[in-house]
Amino acid sequence: MGGKRQKTAQEQRYQQRVNEKMPRSKTVSQCARAFIAGGLICCIGQAVRVFGETTLHLDAEGVAALTAIVMVFLGATLTGLGVYDKIGTWAGAGSIVPITGFANSIVSPAMEFKREGLILGTAAKMFTIAGPVLVYGIGASVIVGLIACLLAK
Amino acid sequence: MKQKRLGRQTVVFDAPPRIVAGATIVGDMEGAGPLGGYFDLILEDDTWGEDTWEKAERKMFEQAVRRALERCAMQPAEIDLLLGGDLLNQIITANFAARELAIPFLGLYGACSTMAESLLLGSMLIDGGYAGHVACAATSHFSTAERQYRFPLEMGGQTTPTAQRTVTGAGSSLLVEAGYAGGAQFRHIFVTGGTIGRVVDLGITDANNMGAAMAPAAADTLAAHLREQSRAVSDYDMIVTGDLGSFGSEMFNELCRDKGIDLSDRHRDCGNMIFDPAQKVDCGGSGCGCSAVTLNAFLLRRMEEGDFTRMLFMATGALMSPTAGMQGDSIPGIAHAVVIERR
Repeated sequence: MGGKRQKTAQEQRYQQRVNEKMPRSKTVSQCARAFIAGGLICCIGQAVRVFGETTLHLDAEGVAALTAIVMVFLGATLTGLGVYDKIGTWAGAGSIVPITGFANSIVSPAMEFKREGLILGTAAKMFTIAGPVLVYGIGASVIVGLIACLLAK
Repeated sequence: MKQKRLGRQTVVFDAPPRIVAGATIVGDMEGAGPLGGYFDLILEDDTWGEDTWEKAERKMFEQAVRRALERCAMQPAEIDLLLGGDLLNQIITANFAARELAIPFLGLYGACSTMAESLLLGSMLIDGGYAGHVACAATSHFSTAERQYRFPLEMGGQTTPTAQRTVTGAGSSLLVEAGYAGGAQFRHIFVTGGTIGRVVDLGITDANNMGAAMAPAAADTLAAHLREQSRAVSDYDMIVTGDLGSFGSEMFNELCRDKGIDLSDRHRDCGNMIFDPAQKVDCGGSGCGCSAVTLNAFLLRRMEEGDFTRMLFMATGALMSPTAGMQGDSIPGIAHAVVIERR
């Protein structure tokens, strides 16, 4: 309503009734699924990490980079194969929150808008979903960095 | 002057136009639903060999119109007017299909109410003597609607329990003047009147709850219709709404009860008929195509065969805009009613 117009009594009554009666999400089972799926994705990430440390003998930075690269690759590939959205339907937040979900949010609009061209379609639309996360994520990291810098002195 | 008008919203026809043919084309999921056996063509591939979904949707619109004409052995050149619309920005589906059909064209946007809007306007133009043959059509497509209104298809996420699935479907009806004597798929179906809806908005802002947003408009139009026609629900075998879905239907029934209208068991909703709950579509189907294909494939055929004699076909539209939604506006609804009778 933009907060400008006062709600009429009829509107209020109807909205209240809708809120009372509308079917609810099954929060408990969705949380359980998110826990299982998210946990599984993190276990795969951890396995990659261990592989990097023990087999490839990478240092801490190298291991972090390897894990991110592999997980983003997996997320992007599964999106391209048309599997990730099916995982997402089942897992919900469990497949959105990990880095694979971040890859999915960039690859899916890039694929979808390919038909509008590589520049105004794929490139322009690629960050429509991930964009806000990047803007505020990077913004927050700058602020935290500045605070850390000041406190360290 | 206004001798064909009853009250503020309702029109009645002196010489009721006939619906002589209907044609439908749907996607595979609609084809797998309970009405699957009634559709003229079920597409296995939702791009129908085109390189974009938008092009596939306009091909569906065009072919649905052509198929309805074929049933009466008519050519596009014999049609005085094409009325139709879809859900996409600038109603590109209808506009581009009309370019191919080259029939004089009036494009409509009534969101999911378009099928009833086109039938109502077409009948008024025929009874007014402005046209003899009018083609009416409406389409929606799951994939084009998702990318315009929601998220990319490959994006992994969950729908809310009140969400509805946009029907991939094109439906068309051919309306003719009462004196028509040519070929026909339907011989007994007449449009005898209708009620023009008002935009009603009770402030629902949740774009995933369009049934609740549209229910007040449906109740408003039904109340106006019954009042102005001096009829009761029992005068109709069926009150059919477009795409309120299961939750919207529940709210519609309640709002009607508040107005002293008891729908008892006469209410049906196309959004509830087109999919089976086992198809995991949350609250049911939606989109212009939902009521367009249910009417033309199923309801008109049942009526022609004599299963019922008078129905109020009331397609409901959520006049939602992603821009207005992001600016905090609510979702206005509209519902137009058409009285369809077997004679």
